[in-house]
Amino acid sequence: MPAFLLEIGLEEIPAGMVAAAQIELAERVHKLLVRERLTTDTLQVMSFSTPRRLAVRVDGLSPQQADMEEEIVGPSLKVAYKDGVPTPAAIAFAKKSGVEVSALQTIQNAKGEYVTATVRRAGRSAAEVLTGLLPAEIAGIYWPKSMYWRAGKPERFVRPVRWLLALLDEEILPLEFAGVRADGVSHGHRVLHGDKPVVVRAPREYEEKLAAAYVQVDPEVRRHSIRKALDAATRQIPGARWREDEELVEIVTHLTEWPTVLLGDFEKEHLTLPEEILVTVMRDHQKYFALEDENRSPRRLLPNFLAVLNIEVDEAGAAVIRHGNERVLRARFNDARFFWDVDQKIPLVDRVEMLKNVTFHKDLGSYWDKTQRNREVARQIIDRFDPPIFDADSVKFKTFCSGVDQAALLAKTDLTTEMVKEFTELQGVVGGLYAKAQRLPDGVARAIADHYKPTSQEDSIPRTPAGSIVALADKISTIVDMFAKGFQPTGSKDPFALRRAGNGVVRILAEDTYLRDKLHLESVCWAAMQETSAMQDSQLRNAIYSFMLDRFEFYLQESRSIHPQVASAIRHARTTGGFQEVNGQLVGYGRIVGFAEELNGQVGSPEVLAVAELLKRAANIQRQAKEKGIQFLNAENTALLQDPSEEELARLVTEVDASIQKNYREGKYKEVIAAIAGLQQPLNAFFDSVMVMVDDPQLRGNRLALLSRTVSVVRWAADFSELASIQETA
Amino acid sequence: MAAPISVLTKTPLTFQELLFQLQQFWASRGCILQQAYDVEVGAGTMSPETFLRVLGPKPFRVAYAQPSRRPADGRYGKNPNRLFKHTQMQVVLKPPPDDIQALYLKSLEAIGIDLRQHDVKFEEDNWESPTLGAWGIGWQVMLDGLEITQFTYFQQCGGIDLDPIAGEITYGLERIAAFLQDVDSIYDIVWAREPDTGREVTYGEVRLADELQFSVYNFEKADVEKLWQHFKLYEEECQSLLAEARGRLGDAEDSDTESRSRLPLLAAFDLCLKCSHLFNLLDARGAISVTERVGVIARIRTLAVGVAKAYAAQQTQPVSA
Repeated sequence: MPAFLLEIGLEEIPAGMVAAAQIELAERVHKLLVRERLTTDTLQVMSFSTPRRLAVRVDGLSPQQADMEEEIVGPSLKVAYKDGVPTPAAIAFAKKSGVEVSALQTIQNAKGEYVTATVRRAGRSAAEVLTGLLPAEIAGIYWPKSMYWRAGKPERFVRPVRWLLALLDEEILPLEFAGVRADGVSHGHRVLHGDKPVVVRAPREYEEKLAAAYVQVDPEVRRHSIRKALDAATRQIPGARWREDEELVEIVTHLTEWPTVLLGDFEKEHLTLPEEILVTVMRDHQKYFALEDENRSPRRLLPNFLAVLNIEVDEAGAAVIRHGNERVLRARFNDARFFWDVDQKIPLVDRVEMLKNVTFHKDLGSYWDKTQRNREVARQIIDRFDPPIFDADSVKFKTFCSGVDQAALLAKTDLTTEMVKEFTELQGVVGGLYAKAQRLPDGVARAIADHYKPTSQEDSIPRTPAGSIVALADKISTIVDMFAKGFQPTGSKDPFALRRAGNGVVRILAEDTYLRDKLHLESVCWAAMQETSAMQDSQLRNAIYSFMLDRFEFYLQESRSIHPQVASAIRHARTTGGFQEVNGQLVGYGRIVGFAEELNGQVGSPEVLAVAELLKRAANIQRQAKEKGIQFLNAENTALLQDPSEEELARLVTEVDASIQKNYREGKYKEVIAAIAGLQQPLNAFFDSVMVMVDDPQLRGNRLALLSRTVSVVRWAADFSELASIQETA
Repeated sequence: MAAPISVLTKTPLTFQELLFQLQQFWASRGCILQQAYDVEVGAGTMSPETFLRVLGPKPFRVAYAQPSRRPADGRYGKNPNRLFKHTQMQVVLKPPPDDIQALYLKSLEAIGIDLRQHDVKFEEDNWESPTLGAWGIGWQVMLDGLEITQFTYFQQCGGIDLDPIAGEITYGLERIAAFLQDVDSIYDIVWAREPDTGREVTYGEVRLADELQFSVYNFEKADVEKLWQHFKLYEEECQSLLAEARGRLGDAEDSDTESRSRLPLLAAFDLCLKCSHLFNLLDARGAISVTERVGVIARIRTLAVGVAKAYAAQQTQPVSA
């Protein structure tokens, strides 16, 4: 079976784009082979990449497409023959299809009788297919940002394409893309190998030939060798280990073709700068790995770093490169120290006024305005704890409130510092460090540092309840205010990252061990809506709440691996709230997540399925009745309960109602589900012996009211009717 | 800390030799050598030799060293790494040759950098100037962890999509000189060495006063009200030149090539540059509030885009009726 190799030679691809492009190229080639019937049982697709190339190698593809017969439908029989004689339409169709008129056949399809021709298509060779179709696949690769380079702007690509290597076994496929014609030649490492062409005679030689030219084409191998080299370099310092950083390993893997690792030092006195700043400078700005003391706890940084190079040098060369890197790092640390010293001249407290000159959003005012808003919303959130966070008159409560307020007041002040202007990714962190240096309470410093958290699905939530409250206030008020100005996200457009903010709110509510049983999403939303246009505008309120419930559903699915149908059933539970039906006492969002997980575990069980079916039937009857405008009684009238099964259901629903709510609040989710499953028998009996839609309007209305209550009682915990025909989770 | 290691075995280039070498290198690759533009600019890109010449289809290659003024970056000569005015060696190749990266790497060898003894990486760094309506795709070139060059494939300039595009290579000369000479402060760079006596003249001797005095002016003395007045005057004059040019260039009947080529768009561009520099001064004085900022940038952009559009039209032969 033949093998195939394609290499696209490029100028340096951005490190963050290489991995996805490598996968996409391999997928495109694979799909092309499937589509073009060039696969075999032994087909194997492998892909490679470096900053300067994307490559794919296929073993065991078919050399030739099989011949194929195809039936082409022509004109209708009536048009094709007049009195049994072929018309010009039939003759033209036969000619176009390349068959004799006498060879035309007739078929019967949905539209009537038609003339058809059976056409034999000779299979094409793999070489022909690949040469013809690959350029379009290369052109189709997605790039987050691409460019033109040739005059006339015939194509866009991530960076200019400089060579193409395309081989089918030992045959060069003369395909063309971006004005480059494929050849049997690749290029090695720019410096270590130089300009000499690297001739690749057959696909199987690829990795070996490139390795001889100082290019390790497999990123997997590079990643592994970088890790080993980091370990080896670290061993030069007794008791040291390099700080694990998967993301950084990934970046340097895609910045190098022939990676080596170098150990460097910096002056010990820089260790007096906070670790966060040292690591940001090393990691984000210089792509260096930090070293830490293995035996100390908490782990302390060592005055060393590891740089990953894209070259192999002798000792003299290593000394030169080490010296250069150390020079740069020293200058960077000196800068950071300078910013630190300058910034200390104006304490954070005096920077609040300066926030008036920093725009938050042109329609929403400055960061000073945002600060005032966050303080107020934080206060409102504290008021809405249920049960209350502390005894309202206690000293503890007052201290807590004033800590939260101070953190909210100072949270944004670091935006005015030189340090954050230089290292923008350290916003919040710098505020926390400065607060500590300026001897503000630890709790305040932590809350300031954490209030942007969580910034991603992977990031942790704030470490303290005070931090969580400031984070909630900051995020929810941005969401409410942006919605009020009409800036809600649409489709893929979310310029103010409101979805991320919403995800953060939900995660804090579900995961903060302190808040999760005391705070409801609805309370948090209400806190931010006070004195805004949302108070008068129910449409706006619903839009905001529905957006937040979307985030909650997303959270259940993505972070808790809850089945999409279960997530939806939970979203529509009465516990999740919604301004349509405020139901007195709310449960904390942590409880809701706990219940969702229990339900997810039981969802395929016969008990749950059976009761879900019945509840769906009840809901359907109810819906159809509503659609027909049939009157319900507001509540069932016990006097009108005729059948024993009606009486039994009515009695049980009342019992189940109490049991669901009690167990739910106590975190006994199994019992909640068991109580709901217990409705199976009485519901079955009810449907067996009672006809709901009888003619007597009183009786009918009463039965509808009973069903309606049953559905509603269960829906307090989850909309079980959505679980009736659940698809098995993948 | 290890003892300092000389980066090069032979004597490293002085600041002015570095400039010679790069000029020589690019002149021998077909670049016109230009002198620095004599109106204040924040970057080599703003010189008309780049900003206007990249417009239109005509091939063009130029190299020049451009003192680039960024008032807010001044540090009274006290910071060893930051300058109010630094020198950018600007090379523009339109269209970019296929081997532009290889040429660039050769230029590093020409200034004494043995690539086999260093770590060079091209790391993604795209460039954008909202003030100029310009952007490009490219890299920062890292040499042993130091950013020494911005390498950009210019895609748009003055709001006009470029065809062909241009390759722009911008070397930070002070950084490279400090690296080559292995000095920790820019002010210790040897600018020149007297051939007979070997006496060295440092960057500090040549430029320290400049940095100190302009920092004083930019941060303390510049008269905000007058700066605004200057800004307005330059802006108005630029606008009126543009209005006239637009009228002429938009007139299909006016196919008089000579009268078109007389339109003083190059002067209009100088006026636009003046506005840009005044904006930077006002910014350094802290005289532009955040809310104003966006508006002022938009005003300069209007001028820059206006000049670019008119200039492009001027370069095009009118379609004779």
